[in-house]
Amino acid sequence: MFSSDVIVIGGGLVGTAVAYGLGQLGKKVMVLDEGDDAFRASRGNFGLIWVHGKGRGVPHYARWTRESARQWPALAARLQDETDIDVQARQNGAFNLCFSEAELEARSERLATVRDEVGGDYPYEILDRAALLQRLPHVGPKVVGASYSPMDGHVNPLKLLRALHSACNQRGVMLKTGHGVERITHADGVFTAHVRDQQFRAPKLVLAAGLGNARLAGQVGLHAPVRPNRGQLIVTERCEKLFDYPTGHIRQTDEGGIQIGESMEDAGFDDSTTTSTLAELARRAVASFPMLGRLNVVRVWGALRVMTPDGYPIYQESTSCPGAYVVTCHSGVTLAAAHAFRIAPWINGAAAPEELDAFRGDRFPAAEHPAQALDHHHAY
Amino acid sequence: MPTEPLFRPISAGAEPFIDVEFDGRRLAVPGQRSVAAALLVAGVSRFRSTPVSGAPRAPYCMMGVCFECLLEIDGVANTQACLVTIQPGMKIRSQEGARRAV
Repeated sequence: MFSSDVIVIGGGLVGTAVAYGLGQLGKKVMVLDEGDDAFRASRGNFGLIWVHGKGRGVPHYARWTRESARQWPALAARLQDETDIDVQARQNGAFNLCFSEAELEARSERLATVRDEVGGDYPYEILDRAALLQRLPHVGPKVVGASYSPMDGHVNPLKLLRALHSACNQRGVMLKTGHGVERITHADGVFTAHVRDQQFRAPKLVLAAGLGNARLAGQVGLHAPVRPNRGQLIVTERCEKLFDYPTGHIRQTDEGGIQIGESMEDAGFDDSTTTSTLAELARRAVASFPMLGRLNVVRVWGALRVMTPDGYPIYQESTSCPGAYVVTCHSGVTLAAAHAFRIAPWINGAAAPEELDAFRGDRFPAAEHPAQALDHHHAY
Repeated sequence: MPTEPLFRPISAGAEPFIDVEFDGRRLAVPGQRSVAAALLVAGVSRFRSTPVSGAPRAPYCMMGVCFECLLEIDGVANTQACLVTIQPGMKIRSQEGARRAV
């Protein structure tokens, strides 16, 4: 039997960011993670820190995302300082390319709406083709314009995961892999996570188990109806520097590979790739930057997003089992700073950040219901 | 730096030598084999440098898997030399770091 102040279930970007934040607050934290056969969004994602365009109609989400991006430089600096790992966070802004006047018009309208909904402090620009060519000289002839925002950036998500693990270790956070939690019980104010014949006990428990939250939440009086949403990605051979900025679908990694994403599809728990989707991603990439057509592809992969019915996160403490929290989202990179610096203090007993009202899991009906059309590509 | 080739053909003298260009210099190599095998026999031990650290690299798996044998062959960057048959007159360059994309 192991005891700690807090058990975090899930050792991905969400769980380790929360655990890192709790470790910084002096808490004794146990992270229970599955093995390498788990579906791991944290090892398949694209790596954008993305703000502009997100959260139309949900200003709490636009603010939550923006504030996390604002705190990202502090997170990157601390991780570098504590672990010597440069996660390659580059927040020089990002572009969203448009291929028709109608698309550019819709983009402009969306951004104006979000800006007004958050109260005006929301820097972005709409660029016509001539203005865009000044910034991105390699765009293809079919690109009619773009939106640009200095709020955005990108990061090496694998280095981020490694840095968070390393920083957790240095803070004394215990991290056990191959420890998939089978069930959780709650008695006398203490939670017990059962892993085979082992028991882990703590007065607080955080569900950050990605797709596993759907099964675990009900055991502690929470509701997290998350479903997998597959994204497929491509990475090319490394080449000399082409882009200083990511677009919503293309970024050059710190080591030179061009990463091309990303699709959205409902494929259940199938994280494989399909030629038709990859071909569509490649076609869009070549239309965006024709020279990409000359590069060799070295790897393709699929990964499963952790998606709620409306696409927004769930952050909630259980009413029937106080001390149990659910923390789940599909933007573990962008929101890593919010999870470390704002969610962790809340779990430690500080007042809830005001944005959290919008993200309760009980906003979803208890019964299964058909998925809504999602408005949640990171760029939109 | 070794001055002698690490590799030699089992049936010495069986294949006619051909001339290719390697990093701007004429080089006589045995024909009828992959570019990687031909250059190794001719004594080339450094094929490329890595994009990240600049460390030297040479062929390893010789079967298309490891991507260590990358060369620029007839103007095509990052070509796997173990998968291309050597031809007379080929213009071959070591692949120095990341390829150009433009």
